[in-house]
Amino acid sequence: MNLMESSNKYIITFIIIMTVVAAVSLAGMREITMSASTKNEEIFNKRSILLTVNEYLGNGLSVTDLSDDQVLKMFNEQVEQVVINQKGEVVPKMLAEKIDLAVEKKKPEGERLLPLFVFKNDKEKFYILSVRGSGLWDEIWGNIAVKSDLNTIAGVTFDHKGETPGLGAEIKDNPAFPGQFVGKQIFRDGEVAILVKKGGSQDKLYEVDGISGATITGDGVSEMLQRGISYYLPYIESIENK
Amino acid sequence: MAEILEKVKIEEKEPFFGPKEKKLLLDPLMDNNPVTVQILGVCSSLAITSLVYPSIVMAISVTLVTAFSNYFTSLVREYIPKQVRMIVQLVIIATLVTIVELALKALNFPIWKQLSVYIGLIITNCIVMGRLEAYAMANKPWRSFLDGIGNGLGYGAILVIVAIIREILGKGTLFAGSPVEIKIIGNNATYLIDTTTSTMFGWYANNNLMVLPAAALFIIGILIWIHRTINPKLVDIS
Repeated sequence: MNLMESSNKYIITFIIIMTVVAAVSLAGMREITMSASTKNEEIFNKRSILLTVNEYLGNGLSVTDLSDDQVLKMFNEQVEQVVINQKGEVVPKMLAEKIDLAVEKKKPEGERLLPLFVFKNDKEKFYILSVRGSGLWDEIWGNIAVKSDLNTIAGVTFDHKGETPGLGAEIKDNPAFPGQFVGKQIFRDGEVAILVKKGGSQDKLYEVDGISGATITGDGVSEMLQRGISYYLPYIESIENK
Repeated sequence: MAEILEKVKIEEKEPFFGPKEKKLLLDPLMDNNPVTVQILGVCSSLAITSLVYPSIVMAISVTLVTAFSNYFTSLVREYIPKQVRMIVQLVIIATLVTIVELALKALNFPIWKQLSVYIGLIITNCIVMGRLEAYAMANKPWRSFLDGIGNGLGYGAILVIVAIIREILGKGTLFAGSPVEIKIIGNNATYLIDTTTSTMFGWYANNNLMVLPAAALFIIGILIWIHRTINPKLVDIS
């Protein structure tokens, strides 16, 4: 290595050129990949929403068997998208898939918009709610499919940004964890009662077992469900009263 | 006499792919392996080796990053001001990692999701910066490129070996999540209905320890042990 002590002028010129080259190549790469990754993300999110009603897709189909195009087609035909505000009113002319809960979370309480997906098969109607909260390291989020009685859970999916693999990440990786929620009830006396219980569930109707070694992620899931679902309460009451 | 001189000239010209180049490529795979000999890049080898498919993707990503960061650093090595050497190396690595991440996001979104932060963390992988400092700063671009490929593959080989052991013992499958997923040991989902479809060792119950990162530490430890038993020369190095 025959590096010489360089003058400040040389260093600054070098750094500027290097930064420009790096910035231009990154910006270019982003432009090239933008459309493909947005489409991938859309399909990924729609798959995750449909996965909550996996058992009810009809014809013995499973989300994992569907091709990307089939997912988009099914979403177009069988899913109705509604955007509601926290007062329980429907916001017209908006698509639920355009709502980004990460952005909504930054708005003050009471002004947030909520996406609601209504999945219909031949017999039944499912309301799919989206919630978002905090795990141990970073954000966690999930979708909850509720049967038409607006109380029984038909299926849930969770995802996370950076929970510990093998511990907190099990909320997504281990199908047994979201599987526990199927058939549980959400509301008790008009309040969200569903929660993740450390050390084993006592109340079979409202509690699910937490994951060993992931207490804080489990608490995060409980908090996310209770707060997130309660945002939908005004709307749910308004449909129930109809 | 003239013939001999000519021969010497040809040898001095450095072959495109001679024995030295071959050594650069193969050495990191065995006797100078970044993981088992230099004990670098262990963090990510613990974190993402529970499944084979993401490990292969990770191995390819790291190989691309080491190869091209070595190449580009070597290209500009004589122009890099001494005072900002490290920053320049970091910018090169970070740019390449971001490019790899963007490409992966566009090509295979689920895998990108699964690897999550670990793609970004290639930036902090000691192997990459280690090779820049130890090799690329003092050697020509083509050789640096090969050195990067070699070290990336050496790291990737360990990653895949660990992942194969962990996935088979922990989940009973191989290449789970990829289009060619196969069930190796343990019960099939259909086993209770149709016992004839049982795979090898149908009685096997998945070992949950193997899914946890700690298992990778044990396996890497055992690999280091085996490696040093085969080649006792390595014992003195560390």
